Amino acid sequence: MTAVPRSPRSRPRRAAAGALRDVAGLGAGLAVLAASVAVAITIGPADIGVGDAWSVVASRLGWGTTELTPIREGIVWELRLPRTLLAAVCGAGLAVCGAVMQSLLRNPLADPFVLGVSSGASTGAVAVVVLGAGGGVLSVSGGAFVGAVGSFALVLLLSHTLGGTTDRVVLSGVAAMQLFSALTSFVVTTAADAETTRGVLFWLLGSLGGAGWTEVGLCLAILALALLVCLGHARTLDAFAFGRDAAAALGVAVARTRRVLLCVTALLTAALVASAGAIGFVGLVLPHAARALVGPGHARLLPVTALAGAVFLVWADTLARTVLDPQEVPVGVVTSLVGVPAFVLVLYRTRRTR
Amino acid sequence: MTAGAGRRDDGARPPAGPPTLAADRVSRGADGRLILDGVSLSPRPGSVTGLLGPNGSGKSTLLRLLAGVLAPAAGVVTLDGRPLGDWGRRAVARRVAVVEQHADTLVELTVLDVVRLGRIPHRRAWTPATAADEEAVRTALERTGLTDRADQPWHTLSGGERQRVQIARALAQEPRELLLDEPTNHLDIQHQLGLLNLVAELPVTSVVALHDLNLAAMYCDQVVVLRQGRAVAAGAPGGTLTESLIADVYGVRAAVTRPGPGDRPHIRFLGTVAGD
Repeated sequence: MTAVPRSPRSRPRRAAAGALRDVAGLGAGLAVLAASVAVAITIGPADIGVGDAWSVVASRLGWGTTELTPIREGIVWELRLPRTLLAAVCGAGLAVCGAVMQSLLRNPLADPFVLGVSSGASTGAVAVVVLGAGGGVLSVSGGAFVGAVGSFALVLLLSHTLGGTTDRVVLSGVAAMQLFSALTSFVVTTAADAETTRGVLFWLLGSLGGAGWTEVGLCLAILALALLVCLGHARTLDAFAFGRDAAAALGVAVARTRRVLLCVTALLTAALVASAGAIGFVGLVLPHAARALVGPGHARLLPVTALAGAVFLVWADTLARTVLDPQEVPVGVVTSLVGVPAFVLVLYRTRRTR
Repeated sequence: MTAGAGRRDDGARPPAGPPTLAADRVSRGADGRLILDGVSLSPRPGSVTGLLGPNGSGKSTLLRLLAGVLAPAAGVVTLDGRPLGDWGRRAVARRVAVVEQHADTLVELTVLDVVRLGRIPHRRAWTPATAADEEAVRTALERTGLTDRADQPWHTLSGGERQRVQIARALAQEPRELLLDEPTNHLDIQHQLGLLNLVAELPVTSVVALHDLNLAAMYCDQVVVLRQGRAVAAGAPGGTLTESLIADVYGVRAAVTRPGPGDRPHIRFLGTVAGD
């Protein structure tokens, strides 16, 4: 209690300096992300420098020509660039979804998959790959997306029937997760041959290997939409810190807010999982790391979480595709190997504060 | 903080106008059971009203109806004569603030973070905090004596300090009505008195659910006694908290004494009505 009270006069200047620092921080974060993508593209068996990669991008955008051979140009433009960008989009999206879920469900261990979206996606994907569901019209991604949305709808219906409280939402998610995991295992063990099983397993652990420009564009569009909606609700999310009654007493439309945010994050998660599989731990751990960095206010937390998730997954995927070259490690394995120690740290921190 | 001073009757109260926040014969049920059955309440502006009654008598439900968090099944809650439902949630939250009996969070917030939550009903999306926001937060911290502790983490605070921070958060909402649901539960006697002293001195209309009849007698201008969802008595503590009422509502034998004429009653409990 010996702290010097702050002079009220310094407040406006402090606020302006704070805003300036926020903008500078955001710019720095974006620069780190851009640099990460630029460097990550050059890493791999084919020897390509930053300058080469840049010349390909520039020529594709009509700003000049590249001297690279068509094959090496293809490696940059058709393989590494979309893959790296999808990694950034997935990392940002999963991390933001995790942050929103944790605040909305008041559960520090919530992640984007807590509502069964990823389990539903894997059942959908397996149904297409192993059982041939969709009659060839539905792609694996399409099947995964349908499964994810179906599973989320089931969770919403279940939680609504069971009373709609926060713990009922989480328990419904757990139930759906178990149900769809069981269905996936059932289909794989009874109907799939060894080769298909291997492919499915790889997909289940998450892989950015199938990235193309379509996936990048689609996921980026949904990410942009979801980010806008979530940032628009930043203050509302802050209000949930002391629970839904406290939020309601602060003028928040609790039921509507929760519906909107759950649907938006589920849609984004479904799109990401359909494109890259269920990449674990990004959505659980990155929000905690971002909170440690900038505090719990969502107006700053959400952009920082997005940037941190993007940079993290770009490097995790780079590691995944190069560490055992020419063999590829599923990126979900890399994120989990990094994520588990971080997860333990989170548990430790929540233990301390209780 | 001078504990034990009780409610000051120095005539410095705001002028008594028509009640700004009022409940008119409100009812509310849950699981097919009536929790609140036609209760009316019209606190005088600037006064402290105590809600008394045994567990499950409907105190919390009445406070939730007054806050607009729950809607009455029958009857109406009005703010300045207009039904709460017509105001909109944010508009109500700019007028009526709530302090719950036990607020806690898993989020790592500082005192300042918590008090700033009170500005949410005043702020629009996408806009930074205004000078008025900062001023309201600063005033709320000052009023509750927390200015020096703005940067202290919530998790390191004691129960009494946490309630004080919640009151600061409520004040940052700049309310004219303050609703408190058993705010002194789990607090030691010094913090109980300190907290109610603070509430009694605020220039707002307060409605406080309380368990302790002596605290109610010390700090409330009027009390409303609930039993099984109905208001069975209302008025100044001196005339309302009688031995027969306490026996009737709480099932407890008590001796009510008055140190001097015009003083607030003191209640001493002797045992249950059924037996000793």
